Amino acid sequence: MSVFKDAGHLFRFAGLFVLAFAVFLVVRHFVVPPSFGQYGHYRGAAIREIASRPVKFAGHDTCEACHVDVAEKKSKGKHAHVNCEACHDAQANHAHSDDPSTVKPALPDTTVLCVRCHTASAAKPKGFPQVVPADHSNGMPCNTCHQPHNPGMDAPAADAPAKLAGGAR
Amino acid sequence: MNMNRRQMLILLPAAAIAWKSVLAGTPEDSPNYKMSDHWWGMLIDIPKCIGCGNCVRACAAENDVPDGYFRTWVERYHVSDWEMKNPQNIMTNPMTDPQVISPDGGKEGFPVATDESGKYFFVPKMCNHCVDSPCTQVCPVGATFVAPDGVVLVDQKYCLGCAYCVQACPYGCRYIHPEKRVADKCTLCYHRITKGLTTACCEACPTGARQLVDLKNPHDPIHEFLKTHSVQVLKPQMATGAKAFYNGLDGSVR
Repeated sequence: MSVFKDAGHLFRFAGLFVLAFAVFLVVRHFVVPPSFGQYGHYRGAAIREIASRPVKFAGHDTCEACHVDVAEKKSKGKHAHVNCEACHDAQANHAHSDDPSTVKPALPDTTVLCVRCHTASAAKPKGFPQVVPADHSNGMPCNTCHQPHNPGMDAPAADAPAKLAGGAR
Repeated sequence: MNMNRRQMLILLPAAAIAWKSVLAGTPEDSPNYKMSDHWWGMLIDIPKCIGCGNCVRACAAENDVPDGYFRTWVERYHVSDWEMKNPQNIMTNPMTDPQVISPDGGKEGFPVATDESGKYFFVPKMCNHCVDSPCTQVCPVGATFVAPDGVVLVDQKYCLGCAYCVQACPYGCRYIHPEKRVADKCTLCYHRITKGLTTACCEACPTGARQLVDLKNPHDPIHEFLKTHSVQVLKPQMATGAKAFYNGLDGSVR
């Protein structure tokens, strides 16, 4: 016992250390989020939070599940690889609603829509089909002659001749 | 309860294993998505890009990106004939050559180019989801990180808004969100790819110039593409391990 004689001050000091460490552990328990360090030096729950955000573009597979006729028509034309929402905008609120017929998507205006891609510009890849809209259609909407889902002239819009007869060439 | 030593030796480890599985909880919150099975990146095919700005608009719509800020944007390069004949100019005079424009990030497309000389091309830009990302290394609080599936994400509840990462990104892909006052960036549409969808920019791209790629999926067409094409990443000298692969990238792009 003689070793620990006059060592009381050391034990009191060690006790302080133990107490401080216990306080540290308690504070740490409340301050550090439970998932911190689950995968690395960050909050693992953040990954799940980011992944749970709602989707706005439904994806063409979702569209084609119902609009089989349009998908069939589109698959034969030059726009076969253009996804639905590239032109029709984000439609998840239409596709994922309980009754999609109540959430009607707006019909795109072809005078605005088509020229976004097809306006002739020296900057575009040479093989890409492009026209000067003013010369090409004289301001008529593109869907007067072209079906947007299958735009080739071998499949013209149903009422094209009638419209052409009355409109400018 | 009477128990001999043998029973005890069997029961104790069994109880430990059972307790471990109780602590671990349910294995995955989204049962069909396993982070360890994916390693995401993006393929950008420059010759296919027509500069329509669909990707920029789709990204803003999908992710509520505020006006004037961009998670992805498109640049148009114009390298003149003279510059192509005098390539040393590119090295000596980097501020004047080539001409790069990106009006409102290319959101509403680009003005019609009438000057037929030289060459033009569009370069869509976005977070490169670097493997050794400079932005995550400088974060003082662990609010940004490379997820186990290779996507660089921001924990907006943990971010202080100190903007160290905004300065650290060599590609300029981060910004401080004007309302939330925290760092914001491309998440590679993490909420979409974990559900089996592609990103909003890829979904909206009419020419297939952008493709989401999963480098851990052996059936992904990217592997065949990488075998048959020479692709580049932006700023390879920074050794960031960028995973946005550019096909047909011009040497003048910096």
